[in-house]
Amino acid sequence: MNTLIQYLQYFLNGVTLGAIYALIALGYTMVYGILKFINFAHGDILMIGAYTGLFTYTALLGESTNAAWMLTSFFIAMLVSMAFCAILGMFIEKIAYKPLRNANRLAPLLSAIGVSFILSNGAAWMFGTQSRRFPYPFDDTPIVIAGLSITPHQILTIVVSIIMMIVLTSFVNRTRMGKAMRATSLDQPTSELMGIDVNKVISMTFAIGSALAAVGGILASFDFRVYASMGTMTGLKAFVAAVIGGIGNIQGAMLGGIILGILESVGAPLLGIPSALRDTIAFATLIIILLVKPDGILGKNEREKV
Amino acid sequence: MLNFFQLIIIYAGIYALMAIGQNCITGNTGMLSLCHAGFFCIGSYATGIICKTLGLSFWLSLPVAAICSAVVGFLIGVPTLRLKGDYLCIATLGLGEIIRNIATNMNPVGLMSIPRAELFGYQFSSRNKVTFILLVWFFVLVAYILFRQLSHSRIGRAMTAVREDEVAAQSNGINVAKYKIGAFTLGAAIGGTAGCFATAYTLTVQPSSYTFMVSVMVLCMVVLGGMGNLLGVIVGAFIIEFIQYFPQLVGLSSVIPAQATQIIYGLCLVVLMIWRPQGILGRDKYRYGDPRSAKERLVSFFRRGEKKGGKA
Amino acid sequence: MKILETENLSRIFGGVVAVNDVNFSVYEGMVNGLIGPNGAGKTTLFNQITGMDKPTRGKIMFDGKDITGLPAWKISRLGIARTFQNIRLYRELTVVENVMMGLHFKVGSDPFKGRFAQAVKSYFCASKENRELYAQAMEWLSFFGMESEAQEFARNLPYGRQRELEIARALAAEPKVLFLDEPAAGMNPAETEHLMGIVDKIKKHGITVVLIEHDMKLVMNICDNITVLSFGQKIAEGSPEEIRSNPLVIEAYLGREDD
Repeated sequence: MNTLIQYLQYFLNGVTLGAIYALIALGYTMVYGILKFINFAHGDILMIGAYTGLFTYTALLGESTNAAWMLTSFFIAMLVSMAFCAILGMFIEKIAYKPLRNANRLAPLLSAIGVSFILSNGAAWMFGTQSRRFPYPFDDTPIVIAGLSITPHQILTIVVSIIMMIVLTSFVNRTRMGKAMRATSLDQPTSELMGIDVNKVISMTFAIGSALAAVGGILASFDFRVYASMGTMTGLKAFVAAVIGGIGNIQGAMLGGIILGILESVGAPLLGIPSALRDTIAFATLIIILLVKPDGILGKNEREKV
Repeated sequence: MLNFFQLIIIYAGIYALMAIGQNCITGNTGMLSLCHAGFFCIGSYATGIICKTLGLSFWLSLPVAAICSAVVGFLIGVPTLRLKGDYLCIATLGLGEIIRNIATNMNPVGLMSIPRAELFGYQFSSRNKVTFILLVWFFVLVAYILFRQLSHSRIGRAMTAVREDEVAAQSNGINVAKYKIGAFTLGAAIGGTAGCFATAYTLTVQPSSYTFMVSVMVLCMVVLGGMGNLLGVIVGAFIIEFIQYFPQLVGLSSVIPAQATQIIYGLCLVVLMIWRPQGILGRDKYRYGDPRSAKERLVSFFRRGEKKGGKA
Repeated sequence: MKILETENLSRIFGGVVAVNDVNFSVYEGMVNGLIGPNGAGKTTLFNQITGMDKPTRGKIMFDGKDITGLPAWKISRLGIARTFQNIRLYRELTVVENVMMGLHFKVGSDPFKGRFAQAVKSYFCASKENRELYAQAMEWLSFFGMESEAQEFARNLPYGRQRELEIARALAAEPKVLFLDEPAAGMNPAETEHLMGIVDKIKKHGITVVLIEHDMKLVMNICDNITVLSFGQKIAEGSPEEIRSNPLVIEAYLGREDD
């Protein structure tokens, strides 16, 4: 019985972690869907998002200890961070990727790696290399239900992620812009002929992806703290999640994120290996998925036409 | 300052070896791989274990490191070979991380105070950099000659065909799978020897140093210098190592923070990609079996330039 | 004489039967046409014969050997060369290098030496081998009248020339059978005329040709034997005259009158 509860606990932690991965994975998947390139700088955007959120929050809060104001300023900080990252994402796209749209496939990839270096080292330079704690905007005493403990920040993570995903899904499915995005990811030249402003769609994709990464970054910083290179590993994992779900597929990114979070959390105790090997589990899953179904769980099977 | 120049030359040599291996995989055969840090790691460990734990000679560890990496490269190559482009990149990235993760987990400290390499009683010590430069660059030269000949031979031709169009290559009777695995194995072997020299120089093996960033740096060297262009690849290795050690070189390492060099490095990447996506020296210009002399080729090259200029 | 023959060859993609129990024969020394409306399964049939795709069931016999399910590169070495509907050249290589790739397994393979010895020899005598290859490739280019463009990059050639270069590359391997997938697609009448001359020359060279084509004038003029596919099934086979008057073929192309 105890072990069952323990595994349920791992599972719950996995879902929380997975929700964060899913948020970040959405940015990777949307950009890949439209531009067919891996935006290696995405992980560092989440780091910038976490820093922006942290600074805005502490500035707004000041000395106040009012519980309502704490929560309000947290959400304001989140919105500010989303807006900032959205603008940053669009700016990076204009400067570093747009000139390379017709170059060979490696050029934007390396350019993205360059941007990633600039962002993460710039942050380390400006904010120092020590990690900072993101203060909880509420009392984070775990709530224990039938032996399972769940902390308020975990609840917050799951709730915020679900809201974001619902908003994104309805945006992509209901609005004109969302339709334009889907069309562009299916066939860029044709959608251009149909009068879709592809540049605008791409800018928008980067804006949305970066805003989601900002949320992911803030939520991740409760568990991982805030530091300049926090985006590298978290970004890589989120990317793995996007591939597991089927890169280019929005539902796939959500599913992949959750699956990866659960596997990472449950996998190590289940296999009886040290939890330091959780990265190995994540990447091994990636390779197995790629070998069994290269297009991911929800990906379409695209064969090369001869 | 001279000291740092020598340091740059040594590291450029070690990384040039890695870049030659990466070039075989990415530049010649067109497979986007990101696990050279893993091969580097395996090579380093092979040397560390042979020299320290087993107490054998460094020279023995050189082929062993190459073989170990080659075996791993082969094992990675066989299953991931079906994957194309970005998917291969992701899978190899994952494999590189797995290698590091396992190495860290076995022993996070790694190996320390590994005995020095010896040749006829002479010890290659990191204090005497000139002999070390000679040692490393001798092997870079050997690798350069071997791989240059390889890329001009029948095997190189087949690899080029695979890079340009896999389906067409098959229809021309080229066993695509064989050449892909072969290129992966060879590239890995060279990466392993690079790890060997790195260990011989630093005399330590730290699992935390074989990050994904190392693979990225090696890939950058290949793309910056010019894909498939061996000379370009070595130039790329120089440039990146130069940026890396620039603050120490000008004696301003206390003024310029370590992050600044990385930022410059990032800026260089972005600017170079926008300005010259084909790399500094451009792609390989070798034309198979061209009977014209070097002079004639040069003349026709400039004429073509004129013609294009006239049109524009 | 049949040089190549398929027996009840079928290919099913998911629920779609692209090729259905086709018995397709290729006669030695002839120009064999394969025609049919779009989506009839012509290219799928080609892909299966040349090993680019695996048949769901059925058998492919070539020169008395069963080649069903062999990988493409092995099939190509047995003497089957092909071109592609959407041109697949090595775009970043020069014209002459493209043809050299076609010669890849011809030169340097010495039947009296082991494969390893050959590889070693080829490694050390690379430039000599390249020069040999170059000379042979130039011969093939002169066959097509393309010597002056030898140093041009393949991607810079005009469309019609690219198609011809693809044929030159396939031909360089001196195959027994040459498969051409819509060689005249996108060509202007003058280029088509030139192509017809080339196919004729190839035939005189003793190489069997199989060709998919939509240009009826071309097909009726140069084919000795025509097979018609419709919805994955073979509906007719015979000389151009027989095909032209076959009611089933007319129906497949134009639809039934009472529709």
